[in-house]
Amino acid sequence: MSANEQKTSSAVLEHDRVADQAGSYVAQFQAPVSLMHRFQKFLHKYPVAAPTIVLMIAIIGFSLLIGDRFLHPFNLSLILQQVTIIGIIGVAQTLIILTAGIDLSVGAIMVLSSVVMGRMAIDYGIDAPLALMIGIATGAIAGFINGTLITRMKLPPFIATLGSWNVFFALNLWYSKSETIRSQDISNTAPLLQWLGETITFMGARLTYGSILMIVLFCVIWYALNWTAWGRHVYATGDDPAAAKLAGIRTDRILLSVYVLAGVVCAIGAWALIGRIGSVSPQAGYTANLDSITAVVIGGCSLFGGRGSIFGTLIGALVVGVFRNGLALAGVDVLWQEFTVGILIIVAVGVDQWIRKGTA
Amino acid sequence: MSAHYDQQPILQARGLVKRYGSVTAIDHADFELYPGEILAVIGDNGAGKSSLIKALSGALVPDEGEILLDGKPVNFSSPMEARELGIETVYQNLAVAPALNIADNLFLGRELRKPGILGSVFRMLDKKAMEQRAKDKMQELGLLTIQDISQAVESLSGGQRQGVAVARSALFGSKVVIMDEPTAALGVKESRRVLNLIKEVRDRGLPIVLISHNMPHVFEVADRIHVHRLGKRAAVVTPQSHSMSDAVAIMTGAMEVETDAA
Repeated sequence: MSANEQKTSSAVLEHDRVADQAGSYVAQFQAPVSLMHRFQKFLHKYPVAAPTIVLMIAIIGFSLLIGDRFLHPFNLSLILQQVTIIGIIGVAQTLIILTAGIDLSVGAIMVLSSVVMGRMAIDYGIDAPLALMIGIATGAIAGFINGTLITRMKLPPFIATLGSWNVFFALNLWYSKSETIRSQDISNTAPLLQWLGETITFMGARLTYGSILMIVLFCVIWYALNWTAWGRHVYATGDDPAAAKLAGIRTDRILLSVYVLAGVVCAIGAWALIGRIGSVSPQAGYTANLDSITAVVIGGCSLFGGRGSIFGTLIGALVVGVFRNGLALAGVDVLWQEFTVGILIIVAVGVDQWIRKGTA
Repeated sequence: MSAHYDQQPILQARGLVKRYGSVTAIDHADFELYPGEILAVIGDNGAGKSSLIKALSGALVPDEGEILLDGKPVNFSSPMEARELGIETVYQNLAVAPALNIADNLFLGRELRKPGILGSVFRMLDKKAMEQRAKDKMQELGLLTIQDISQAVESLSGGQRQGVAVARSALFGSKVVIMDEPTAALGVKESRRVLNLIKEVRDRGLPIVLISHNMPHVFEVADRIHVHRLGKRAAVVTPQSHSMSDAVAIMTGAMEVETDAA
């Protein structure tokens, strides 16, 4: 026994001795070696920083190029109006992308909800507030269907929402009979539906209630994501679902809640859409799907989930809005706007990869 | 603090059986963990030690036998139920969410809310309290080399990440901490730190079940060693009574031990 004991303890001692020689810097960090590396770390820690820098450069660039016409409060508020719908849909898309999912049906949910709101209020003569609620419930149900396909049937979000996009869009065409509800009819019977399109003038800027609602929505979702346990669980679910599950998070419930909430947000976007275009059109907002993904990606959210900030999406939407507006004011052909947005997406994803590589 | 073998075992299993079809993963296995000790569980691949550990941590429901916590029979149907009763498990790899910060990870799934209306109506997290408690715990466990509690876990080394996982178990485990191969993915130096951390947790009064393949690690930190073979406990030895080669011999069946050393 004593021989064994000696053997064991001498092995341990040897182990200790060797380990001690190795020094005690195990848990220390190497100082950032270069300015570039430091910048990389900074961008990694503050995901909103990169799109904010782009936005600043764009604003400065266009104001030098175009001058007062660009910087005029009226023009700036116009940009805000132009990004309102994409911003709201972007909120929904951000929630989903944070869980490492993607929702191709957001635009279809929005249009379907707006058609339901319009038909309820105009064709059936239901009180406008109730019609709104029914429209929002439609969005919630649509989101619930997506969430169920993903959590119960375990379909990949891309496929599930590719399918539901077509289904919702077809339902929208069927239910609207492919007819537009005219702006006059809405303002006569249910002006509440157009209320978000009304403006208040403030120091030369014309803000719509829709734009204000968008900002409020960003703030509310920011709070929910950053200051509630639910928000932490959304991030954890997108970041590492296995670890989240082991920590006791019911990730399926989180996912379902995210898709339902996204549906509700899309329906709120439907209300803002009616305000923006005045009428209810089954063909409106068709590009919202991809535009919302663009805003989220430019805003610095990782498509792999768990990383990014909701305000990044607002900045991302503004970046797109500023470029489109600035290029239009500079008299550049629309096709170059599309070109620029495309380059922005590629650069944003490239930067995201670079940032993540630097800290791996 | 030394182990108390005169006391009642804090976690005990009697005659556990788990069958998968014709395969018997646990074959009338017994198990005892006493207060204040580190009990290593070793066994060859396929000996059924991970099934045993799953049964003890609630990840598996045994077909027969009973598990006693503090002498009282318990039935867990999920790891969550085991956690609620004070049994925390540290997993080998999947322990932490890399993009979340240290404090978030420590409290993941068990967040603290602010008192009053902010917490009850607005569900507001008490980030300050969580950060403070996280800092205190990390300090207590000698993990202060991690300077910034709000840095993302992915910026930490493997050993530090494991440190976060261990700190979490120490923060919430009121009765038992089970560690599944905590050093398997780590380098030599990092393993050292985690081993020291394990001893630190034990010295603070939490008994630990350590599953490991690494004999030097087992022999260094364990108070007793439970050798699992063919689905049941083959022997319980101590680092003082047996050598590493003895342990391997028992594991592989080359040596038989009659008594349950304790």
